Amino acid sequence: MEVLKQELKENIIEQLNLEDITVEDIADNDILFGDGLGLDSIDALELIVMLDKNYGIKLTDPKEGREIFGSIEIMAKYITEHRTK
Amino acid sequence: MSAVYISGLGSISCQKTFDNNEFLDEIITYTDTVITAVNPNYKEYIKPAAARRMAKGIKMGVVASRIALNDANKEQIDAIITGTGMGCVRDSEKFVSAIIDNNEQYLTPTSFIQSTHNTVGGQIALELQCKGYNFTYVHASVSFESALLDASLQLENDEANTILIGGVDELGDHTVAIHKIVNHIKPEKIDSTALLNATTEGAVFGEGANFFVVSNKKQASNYAEVLAITTYNTVSKNKIQQLAQEFLQDNGINIGDIDAIVLGNNGDVKHDSFYHELSSGIFQNTQQIYYKHLCGEFNTASSFGLWLASKILKTQHLPDVVKINNKSITNYTTILLYNQYRGENHSFTLLRKC
Repeated sequence: MEVLKQELKENIIEQLNLEDITVEDIADNDILFGDGLGLDSIDALELIVMLDKNYGIKLTDPKEGREIFGSIEIMAKYITEHRTK
Repeated sequence: MSAVYISGLGSISCQKTFDNNEFLDEIITYTDTVITAVNPNYKEYIKPAAARRMAKGIKMGVVASRIALNDANKEQIDAIITGTGMGCVRDSEKFVSAIIDNNEQYLTPTSFIQSTHNTVGGQIALELQCKGYNFTYVHASVSFESALLDASLQLENDEANTILIGGVDELGDHTVAIHKIVNHIKPEKIDSTALLNATTEGAVFGEGANFFVVSNKKQASNYAEVLAITTYNTVSKNKIQQLAQEFLQDNGINIGDIDAIVLGNNGDVKHDSFYHELSSGIFQNTQQIYYKHLCGEFNTASSFGLWLASKILKTQHLPDVVKINNKSITNYTTILLYNQYRGENHSFTLLRKC
């Protein structure tokens, strides 16, 4: 799980081009959207593609994403339970 | 054409032109086939949350426009008119490459959203919260001139009083590779100080953004007045002198009235002959100026030419680095600009000191 969390942080920083953010800046329970890391709806679309491409998870309901992308901790747990690759 | 005054300007180029307190005081020389723009500290102008989705062309456009507005002491404008030949090629390349690499799967939205030609104009409007007329011209090497022409018509028809116009183009790896294959980029590295001595076809490619605040208000701080502008898609070489003469006559100007001519020579032995027609013909006794050794060739490089001419008229200083010949001019009043790329899309622009 720890390896996956590290991987998620690295991928999020790279995919979303978070220039001034390092892996150390993102705590496992930090809120990713809104007042937290400041991600927005376009980032949510990027993360949905990332889940599909990297872990074989297809999200069809946007409301589902709202819960899954709550924090790195929640994302990692969801991926561990649902990944197909 | 009604009065069009340039009241502010901002330039990001392969030289350190983003500081309006300087005027080519320090020259960067290159020995290459492709040269890239010198980055200002973008973070001083764009919030990190917005900047992270912007490719270089968008950043250059947004910041050059901000510098121009600051220079004109303006917070808001009535319209934004942008010229770009290739638009946001980096994001276009990124998106198309992703389509190919991922077998048309897993397409992400950001590069698609940011890849359109009018992204720069849109981002500037978002930054300024300007809901006025916003138009982007994509007409190869007369893209910027088309924007300037539109601005002059807007001012003439009282559709707007103050307009932000600009030319912007960025380099993209794939685009550069293609232009190298078709020999539009020179095969050998060129010392920028010897560009005019090049013996091969093709140009040294560059990138940049040059923005201007234009208005119908005459004021002492203006850089220059744009007297006239005209464009031609195709022109035969033996007609170029005649067209230049007719353009001047239409505006009541004699060849002797031109204090300097700004030429778009890019060192391409095949197509620089258009410039030679003028420089060795009717303008042989005129001060001749070139600039593409400083900024490289790109579809809107002529906007750098306008930046240069505007600076010369305001400062009455002609940097040695842009001189083709050496005439003793004591007062720069009227400057003619001529540009073309690969023998097509010619433009004449006439500027006068304010």
